[in-house]
Amino acid sequence: MTNKPPPIAEVAHPEESIGLVGRVLAFLLRVLIAVAIPALAMAVFILGFRFLRESDAPKFVIVLVSIVWGVGGVGLLYLAANTMVEALPDRWTALLQPYVFVGPAVAILVWYLLIPTFRTIYISLFDRSSENFVGLQNYIDIFTQRDLLITFRNNLMWIVFGATFAVIFGLLIAVLADRSKFERTAKALIFLPMAISFVGAGIIWNFIYEVKDISVPQIGLLNAIVVALGGEPRAWTATVQPWNNLFLIVIVIWLQTGFAMVLFSAALKGIPDDLLEAARVDGASEIQIFFRIMIPYIMGTIITVATTIVIFTLKIFDIVIVMTGGQFGTEVIATQFYRQYFTNRNFGLGSAFAVILVLAVLPVMAYNLRRLAEEEGF
Amino acid sequence: MSLKLGGHKREQRISFLLVNGFLFLLVVLWSIPTFGLFVSSFRTKEDIQSSGWWLIFPHKEWVMTEEFKPEGLDPNSVMTIEGATGTFEEFREGIETPDGKRIRWVGNKRRGKIQVEEQKWTMKANFTLANYEEVLTGGEVKITRADGSEEVIKGENLTNAFLNSLAVAIPSTVIPILIAAFAAYGFAWMRFSGRKLFFVIVVALLVVPLQIALVPILRDYVRLGLNGTFLGVWLAHTGFGLALATYLLYNYISGLPRDILESAFIDGASHFTIFVRLILPLSVPALASFAIFQFLWVWNDYLVALIFIGEKQDVKVLTMRLADLVGSRGADWHLLTAGAFVSMVLPLIVFFSLQRYFVRGLLAGSVKG
Repeated sequence: MTNKPPPIAEVAHPEESIGLVGRVLAFLLRVLIAVAIPALAMAVFILGFRFLRESDAPKFVIVLVSIVWGVGGVGLLYLAANTMVEALPDRWTALLQPYVFVGPAVAILVWYLLIPTFRTIYISLFDRSSENFVGLQNYIDIFTQRDLLITFRNNLMWIVFGATFAVIFGLLIAVLADRSKFERTAKALIFLPMAISFVGAGIIWNFIYEVKDISVPQIGLLNAIVVALGGEPRAWTATVQPWNNLFLIVIVIWLQTGFAMVLFSAALKGIPDDLLEAARVDGASEIQIFFRIMIPYIMGTIITVATTIVIFTLKIFDIVIVMTGGQFGTEVIATQFYRQYFTNRNFGLGSAFAVILVLAVLPVMAYNLRRLAEEEGF
Repeated sequence: MSLKLGGHKREQRISFLLVNGFLFLLVVLWSIPTFGLFVSSFRTKEDIQSSGWWLIFPHKEWVMTEEFKPEGLDPNSVMTIEGATGTFEEFREGIETPDGKRIRWVGNKRRGKIQVEEQKWTMKANFTLANYEEVLTGGEVKITRADGSEEVIKGENLTNAFLNSLAVAIPSTVIPILIAAFAAYGFAWMRFSGRKLFFVIVVALLVVPLQIALVPILRDYVRLGLNGTFLGVWLAHTGFGLALATYLLYNYISGLPRDILESAFIDGASHFTIFVRLILPLSVPALASFAIFQFLWVWNDYLVALIFIGEKQDVKVLTMRLADLVGSRGADWHLLTAGAFVSMVLPLIVFFSLQRYFVRGLLAGSVKG
């Protein structure tokens, strides 16, 4: 690895021997660069924004310009900020440079997540138009009104069934694939749904659940099977509440099993072979090995996977919106948040739902922070 | 001894069949939904509506072999046609004869016809690209239907949405990674006051659901005029992906060997030079894993786009247009299947070509809060 000195610093460094004029010139040059690059960055930034907002160029030109502008602009901003800081005396450079590196990330996180959390909590203590302070009334409403309580029952169903079955199927497939010759192909196919959007997955499963009148052929797979077995076609996602929720939950199982499988597969491969060999020599059956050795050995991974899927399922939104739009008793916390805030314009109630989502992940946050405290270096 | 060995072998073969058979079953179960969508997107509008997609496979079906007028038959009494006996109502349903034929009366009593059908192998495999033409085209498009008739339809213009998705997804992937990489380097190799506090903020925000931020940020955007712009969406995705990106890249960058950096320092390189010339190239595996995740996440995102792009038709991304289609044309499966597949093409290409990095990212903890 060759380490060329940075070209800008090279030009700007005053040599001891060039005397006063030289030093002044070098200083002026440094100032010039320190001003010119940020100015250039600013100009590019503003011109780009103007162009994108007002241009009626062909779509693909706009797209291309915006990609180059967005990606290049950020790089340029860092370069500009760094140039400014490096033009300062060394002591100041050392003091300020870390903030050039870390500052933008922290500032964005504070603006986009930290402060909004408190702002949302604040809004949740006011009434529907954010005018009158109502204290905890929104929360009381959420936990006492029947139609809102359904939301929690549904989320509970999502978490319990979604996480449980994704973990079970993931584990099952990981164990089977480990012993199969077709491991790679099988895993890739199970894994594939992870690349599909929830909206896309919603369409895929809506098509499976499609219902037609009994007098014409069914085009939805599920109803075709039911009719072939002599049953009546049904609108699966609409009838027999609350079990219709299960037909939506199937989708998240379908999507998340791949994730569980990959993590379990890696964990299973980490079990020392001698341990399994020793058990086999002692006459343990494969089922005993699975329950007595494998499961305890990868328990940590199982908990991680389950937690991740729970957090993920807690925020489920797109699937419900696409499949039922929250009708037929399928509303969940995230859709209620959207409905209350954006459809019903009840800012207080909507915000309260968002706060509840955060409260639900607090234990995980606490766990993460505790692990950080134990870590060296911090 | 040899007997025992043979038994062992058989046992092995049974377990081989059991394992692979069961695995095969699960894989088929997992693949059918996507496969059905894929196949359907190439079927004609009429075929999709009238028959299941699985009928593209060879199957036995009643096919008409003969048709004639019912002369000399009284539909009001019991009739015998081609060896089948029954009333008019029974013939309307179709009566099967012992030699495997089915006789049906089609139409009403006075002007109906008799059809003789036989079970024959057949498949409904008329594939077409018309659905894709219809969803992708911006202007009007002439579609030739199965019966040969032509129809002029206004296309759904998903091409526009596809380009929007690209314009949203690429910067929304690169920008957070760049910002996170700078921050990760800062946390790993620089000492400054506030370092611990800042990192606590990063870790604390790892699992915070983005829903909590949507409303306040939307209010800011309305004030700043960022609503409905690409810049606004990029920044939102950056904000929501940054905690995880910083945390993952920190784990990677802080694990790089210390002596490489120290020798670079001794050579007089600045932090910026070391970062650009040394750390970024060394971190490519970690950057790539996270990039894939962030790209798929942004491409597939619906909620963030829904809030920050809103009703701006011209800027809507694919997932939004698809969700709109579900709402407005929920029964037009020829459009929905083709549209869904258009939205899946790029993620699937990324997924299959970069699967290795994808798995590596998963194992490193690329799961969003």
